[in-house]
Amino acid sequence: MAEKALRFFRPFPFGFGLFYFWYSMVNLVSKCLDVVWITPGYGNGGAHARRPMGRFPGEAAFSMDQHDGLLSEEDRLRYQRSILLEGFGPEGQRKLRAGRVLVVGLGGLGSPALYYLAAAGVGTIGVVDGDRVDLSNLQRQILYGDGDVGQSKALAAADRIRRCYGSVAIIVHEGRLTAENGVGMVSLYDFVIEATDNFESKFLVNDICVGLGKPFSHAAVSGYYGQAMTVVPGAGPCYRCVFGNVPSRDAVISPDEEGTLGMVAGSLGAVQAMEAIKYLAGVGRLLVGRLFTWDGLTSTAREVTLPVEPSCPVCLKS
Amino acid sequence: MQITVNGQSRDLPHSATIAGLLELLGVNRKAVVVEKNLKIIDRALFDRELVQEGDRIEIIRLVGGG
Repeated sequence: MAEKALRFFRPFPFGFGLFYFWYSMVNLVSKCLDVVWITPGYGNGGAHARRPMGRFPGEAAFSMDQHDGLLSEEDRLRYQRSILLEGFGPEGQRKLRAGRVLVVGLGGLGSPALYYLAAAGVGTIGVVDGDRVDLSNLQRQILYGDGDVGQSKALAAADRIRRCYGSVAIIVHEGRLTAENGVGMVSLYDFVIEATDNFESKFLVNDICVGLGKPFSHAAVSGYYGQAMTVVPGAGPCYRCVFGNVPSRDAVISPDEEGTLGMVAGSLGAVQAMEAIKYLAGVGRLLVGRLFTWDGLTSTAREVTLPVEPSCPVCLKS
Repeated sequence: MQITVNGQSRDLPHSATIAGLLELLGVNRKAVVVEKNLKIIDRALFDRELVQEGDRIEIIRLVGGG
C-alpha cells in the first residue's frame, strides 16, 4: 500500500516544488516593491486588481481610504510651516492628508509636481506614465538619477517618493493612460495633474476629466516658455474651449526640436502642484478662466483671461 | 491704429485681418490660438476677422511639451 502511494506521488514533488518556488518569488518581489498591481484596460482603472497586503507582516492592508486626515504629533512638526499659513492651518493640512491626486505624466512637469505634492503631505498620489527613463531625460526630469536609466518611470518615481516621504501612499498605474482605462483611473482621485508631453494626451485628459466633472491642472512647456491653466468643469473654460483640437504635427514646434530647460518645466510643475494644494485645502484663487504664461528667458509672467466657448463639444456633453 | 497685442501697445499702419496681423508679426497661424477682446477666434475666420482700433489681441502659443 505504502509502496503504491509512493509510486503514485513520486512524480509530484518536482512539480509542486516548482509551483511553490514560483508562488514564493512572485509574493516576495511584490512585497519588496510594494507595487499596487494595476492592469491597464479595466474599466475602473484596475483599482480592484491584486494588491500586496502591506510590506511587512502585520502592516495594514492598503486602501484608498487609508488616510482619515488626522494629524499625528510628527505631522504637526513636519508640516509646521504649512500649518502656520494664514487660511491654511491644521484643517488645511488635514484636507491634504485626506486628498487624492493623480499625476499623469512623470517628465519635466510631473517631476516637481509629484515631489511637491508628496512633500506637502497629500495623502494619496497616483502616478501614471508608460515611458522608461532615457539618459536625455535627466537634464530636466529630477525624479530620476543615473541609476534609473532604462527603468519604468512610474516605478522609479514611486520608489523615489516612497524613500523620501514614507507616509504618502503612492499608487502605480502601470502603462499609459488611455481612453479605455482613463475614466476608471481618474474616478479614483479628487484632482488630476495633467503633465503629459503631447497634445493627444492633453486633450484626452481634458475630455475624461470634463466628462467626469473632475478638476485638473494643465501645463505645457517648450523652449523657454510655459503655460498653465486649471479646469474646474462647470466653473470655467476647459482646455478644448481654448485650444480646440490636436494641431497638425507640422504646425507646432516640439521640445524635441526646440529644446527646453528643466527650470522652465520646474516652474510650471510647481504651479500645478500649487493648484492641487489650493483646491484640496480650499484656499486662494485657482487659475480657472485664466492662462498663466511664463517666459523664462525674460522672466516675464502674464495672465490671459480665457472665455468659455459656448460651442465646445466636450463642455456641451457634460 | 492702436491695438494691444499680448499686453503691449502696438501701432498698426493700416487696418488688417487677424491673418494679416499674424503675418506682420511673423507668427505661424497654425501654431497659435488668437483671442480678440476676450473671444477665441476660429482659425478658419482669421482671413475675414478684422482688427480694429483699441482691440485687445492675445496670441497664445500652442505648446505640447511636458
